[in-house]
Amino acid sequence: MMGHTGTALDAALVACGACELVSRAPPGYSDHRLACSRCGAPLRARKRDSVTRTWALVIAAIVLYFPANLLPITRIETLGSVEENTILSGVIYFIQNGDWPVALVIFVASIFVPLLKLSILIALLISVQRKSGRWRKERTVLYRVTEKIGRWSMVDVFVVTVLVALVDVGALANVDAGPAAAYFSAVVVLTMFAAASFDSRLIWDSYADGERNR
Amino acid sequence: MTKGTMRRVCRIGRTKVLGHPPTCYHRSMAAISHNALIACPECDLLQRFRAIPIAGVARCPRCDFILYREIPNSIDHALAFALAGLVLFAVGCVFPLLGLRFGSNLVEATLLTGIGELWSQGLAGVSALVLLTCIVAPVTHVGMMLYVCVPLKFGRRPWRVDLALRGLKALQPWSMIEVFMLGVLVSMVKLAKMATILPGLGLWAFAGSIIALVAAMAVLDLRTVWNKLALCR
Repeated sequence: MMGHTGTALDAALVACGACELVSRAPPGYSDHRLACSRCGAPLRARKRDSVTRTWALVIAAIVLYFPANLLPITRIETLGSVEENTILSGVIYFIQNGDWPVALVIFVASIFVPLLKLSILIALLISVQRKSGRWRKERTVLYRVTEKIGRWSMVDVFVVTVLVALVDVGALANVDAGPAAAYFSAVVVLTMFAAASFDSRLIWDSYADGERNR
Repeated sequence: MTKGTMRRVCRIGRTKVLGHPPTCYHRSMAAISHNALIACPECDLLQRFRAIPIAGVARCPRCDFILYREIPNSIDHALAFALAGLVLFAVGCVFPLLGLRFGSNLVEATLLTGIGELWSQGLAGVSALVLLTCIVAPVTHVGMMLYVCVPLKFGRRPWRVDLALRGLKALQPWSMIEVFMLGVLVSMVKLAKMATILPGLGLWAFAGSIIALVAAMAVLDLRTVWNKLALCR
């Protein structure tokens, strides 16, 4: 095949990460800090330290995932009795009440999506570090999904916000937010940053030197 | 090729010093930046820009990423949706979202009540995050959209449009009002067992603003904006 695989990098061009304008990169440009001529954003062929940064954020998110799920997220006081709920016990509560759709929404948004996101990111990181040539397109699609679904994990935090605001009738009933709310928000924010710091172009960078699968 | 190709950013200590853009750098740099080329943001495949039919979509042949769309009247429609969204959003923030009736007690809450309550319970971080994702990010996002689109409509180039458009793109993932709406619906189901729920005016306004804001985002094509800006003074 030809000497290059047709990427901008091979053609010594850089696409701006913010406005997508393609510019010619001067030789040895990576040593300089360059700005896009149209929007002024720093020009980089690949996101800076993508793999290292994503690993750091993923590991931090995994660490915080435990307190987020083990500690109570809400504390409900009704007529003197206090009930503490974790994310999982909230799901179980809905199942017991027969609210399957709501149980599913909470389970998917709060438990399944963060885990899925973290496992996809770990798999992508490992595959990129091993310069794997398999399933490039599928991995890119997985990354795209990871980027899109992350925000929906915030649902539980918003539910707590609404409950805390509404259920505040003194001795009758009162809802307080638990410590897990903070840990859980941190997990969502960290995984969002992790997805943003991963550079999917790295998946395709081994295209030139590796064997061409498909 | 080095000179004039791109502005260099010099770093002095931690401060970044950017050269001021020339007044009409689009024309002066036309030979160096390649407007006819596109590099796929997800796989870096270099492609030539091709005109596509109206309402058409151009995808990357290698990874299927949507490279660009041809949206008819992109800026006009975005402007209309953004204005409608902003008005509805203001109504949604001021009027109560939900009311809750326990016997004779009626509690009504707006979004700000919840944020304030979280703050007073010592969860400052969570409270700040909800404030950012449900109020600050959406409002700034629409504000920037209007800031760019209104002058553009009259053929003018807004001041520091480069920063506004970069901000617009950076803020997009942090505007989570549609997720908040799902949260409101879930809590309605949760509370329905305990007390009577009264949907407030704010809830309907919020629902409307979400539709308008998501539509504005979907309809605004930044590629069109940049191309139009290049023709402005």
